[in-house]
Amino acid sequence: MKRIISILLENESGALSRVVGLFAQRGYNIDTLTVAPTDDDTLSRLTLTTQGDDQMAEQIVKQLHKLIDTIKVVDLTVGSHIERELMLVKIKASEPEVRAELKSSVEIFRGHVVDVTASTYTVQLTGDSDKLDAFIDAVREIGIMEVVRSGVSGISRGDKFLRV
Amino acid sequence: MEHLSGGEIVIRALKDAGVKHVWGYPGGAALHIYDALYRQEDVEHLLVRHEQAAVHAADGFSRSTGEVGTALVTSGPGATNAITGIATAYMDSIPLVVISGQVPKIKIGQDAFQETDMVGVSRPIVKHSFLVTRAEDIAETIAKAYYIASTGRPGPVVVDIPKDVTDPSYKVPYEWPSSIKMRSYQPTNKGHRGQVKRAVKTLLSAKKPIIYSGGGVILDDASEQLTELAQRLNYPVTNTLMGLGAYPATDRQFIGMLGMHGTFEANTAMHESDVIFAVGARFDDRVTNDLDKFCPNATIIHIDVDPTSISKNITAHIPVVGTCTSVLNEMLSIIDELDTKPDAQAIKDWWTKIDQWRADKGIYTASRYEPSGGDIIKPQDVIKALYKETKGDAFITSDVGQHQMFAAQYYLFDKPRRWINSGGLGTMGFGLPAAMGVQLAYPEAQVACVTGEGSIQMCIQELSTCSQYNLPVKIINLNNSALGMVRQWQDMNYSSRYSQSLYEDSLPDFVALAEAYGHVGIKVTRYEDLEEKMRECFAHKDRVVFMDICVDKSEHVYPMQIPGGSMGDLYLNKAEKS
Repeated sequence: MKRIISILLENESGALSRVVGLFAQRGYNIDTLTVAPTDDDTLSRLTLTTQGDDQMAEQIVKQLHKLIDTIKVVDLTVGSHIERELMLVKIKASEPEVRAELKSSVEIFRGHVVDVTASTYTVQLTGDSDKLDAFIDAVREIGIMEVVRSGVSGISRGDKFLRV
Repeated sequence: MEHLSGGEIVIRALKDAGVKHVWGYPGGAALHIYDALYRQEDVEHLLVRHEQAAVHAADGFSRSTGEVGTALVTSGPGATNAITGIATAYMDSIPLVVISGQVPKIKIGQDAFQETDMVGVSRPIVKHSFLVTRAEDIAETIAKAYYIASTGRPGPVVVDIPKDVTDPSYKVPYEWPSSIKMRSYQPTNKGHRGQVKRAVKTLLSAKKPIIYSGGGVILDDASEQLTELAQRLNYPVTNTLMGLGAYPATDRQFIGMLGMHGTFEANTAMHESDVIFAVGARFDDRVTNDLDKFCPNATIIHIDVDPTSISKNITAHIPVVGTCTSVLNEMLSIIDELDTKPDAQAIKDWWTKIDQWRADKGIYTASRYEPSGGDIIKPQDVIKALYKETKGDAFITSDVGQHQMFAAQYYLFDKPRRWINSGGLGTMGFGLPAAMGVQLAYPEAQVACVTGEGSIQMCIQELSTCSQYNLPVKIINLNNSALGMVRQWQDMNYSSRYSQSLYEDSLPDFVALAEAYGHVGIKVTRYEDLEEKMRECFAHKDRVVFMDICVDKSEHVYPMQIPGGSMGDLYLNKAEKS
């Protein structure tokens, strides 16, 4: 099962490598990883996705918590949560009918065309990972040149929050 | 406020952290620190012959005293040589601070001479590490390092200091922090009250209980509490390899070590138990054998200070996160409050069974190996002779292999911190430097390193360090001219194809070697001389003695768990299974 794990980390040099190293060392996979400072610049917020059953997820959370630089860890998948990912896709689009078809697909997926040349469209899309996957499937035949995904960011719904 | 250079701050901070001894080896990137060391008398430095030994010696010092051990090395090869020592300490949760010099900041990343990314290289084998980038940060970083190393589940901490940060011409105000608070590190000490109560109730309701205690009890100095609890309940106790001495081995309730080379009675009692009370132990693969067949009827209570150790290999029914001392104390007081008592009849029946196992197949109720005689000296008998000569009260360090298991089985440890071995990493070469660390801590004590001709050669250069600092350790070399445990596995699993486990005629004359270092060498080839030579060895109170004892080459360590079986599935000797 897919897990979204969020971590508040001291914004120290080497902290990220400890998290990534832990996954390598313990044989866990990282599917996606995003990290950036928060409103408090002494803190980094890191979100990663991985696969695992309940027992494995519990062990991952405990191992992450054991890292000295880790302040808080939460498995967002345990409760209701919001998941978002940003994607930029560059697609071949020279023929007028292709350009029209692409524009309508982008509208259906509530994306934006953010750059245009005579032969390409660059599309920006946000949403959960499934939606982004669906868009890729929809435009694959048209001719994808490049895909960039930010990896998943997540936050829990309601009153719960992750803060020091 | 006093102004000091970075190098001076390192040494002053060590002093303020309560450090009296540092094991180390100088080199370019650490020279400013070594110069500061020269100009003071509070911190004594001991020069080893290889950085691995510096860390093992600091480790032995820590294991025998409970204090944090300290090592100091230079960058590059100094740092990488320390790695095996750090990994050894990490696997056994030993609190150490290892300070390494680093190339100047401006050269980091330039592939400079003797540059290694020490924080990177050591990352998977440290509890934490620091790269200090300003002289102003040294004192606080060192204070944090000692705090982190010694609290929670202990472990080694690396402090990597670039050479320019210790520059003698740059002085900054020195202040030792009065206390350390870290928002990201707050280890749990006290167990959850409700869970502790559940643990007590389950323990009291047991009909076939067993107390399984590990290194955590030793590290947390909780032997007294463990012993009291066990004796109040009259429950059997088994210790892991790392936990030996936590419960007195000569007591009736002690049923021996468990695990791969544990006793029949301990392994069988585990397998048949209905409640396992695990304290400071981690269900290591050298204990459990096949996880799917592990103790099918047992409810598991697990106390550990480290939440990641709980339900990692074996799911605990009643987990309690907290230090062994505080949880055991709380359990004792709850037992006092409750009217419930253990089921005396059930416990009596349980003991009848266990005593039968002991009598039938135990290694303490009868000798389970062929007797020594003439030029056949059984390694087990060497350990028994050592035990007798030292009255069971010596500090015993060991290396790794058959000799380690024989020492663990036949030297009955009645006190904690007396048995010092590399259980987790299994580091050959650990024994001699660890013994130096113990001897430094206890100059008057008898300290023996039980080793083999394979292991001892991995750090034998430290015989020279023993001379320099007058550390009169006794080396008990069980010489079987082979890597005994490797050969045992080759006998059992590879039809006795001894691939690279024999030395043929290449071994040195250990007596002459010891003498070359200025020590006493004693060779024993006949069983009838063993006891007398052992006496002679310990009569040289102020000398290092190297006892080279030629033991039976064909001997195997038994009992031994049968791979893929349950805890109780054992080979009892070459011919017999449990």
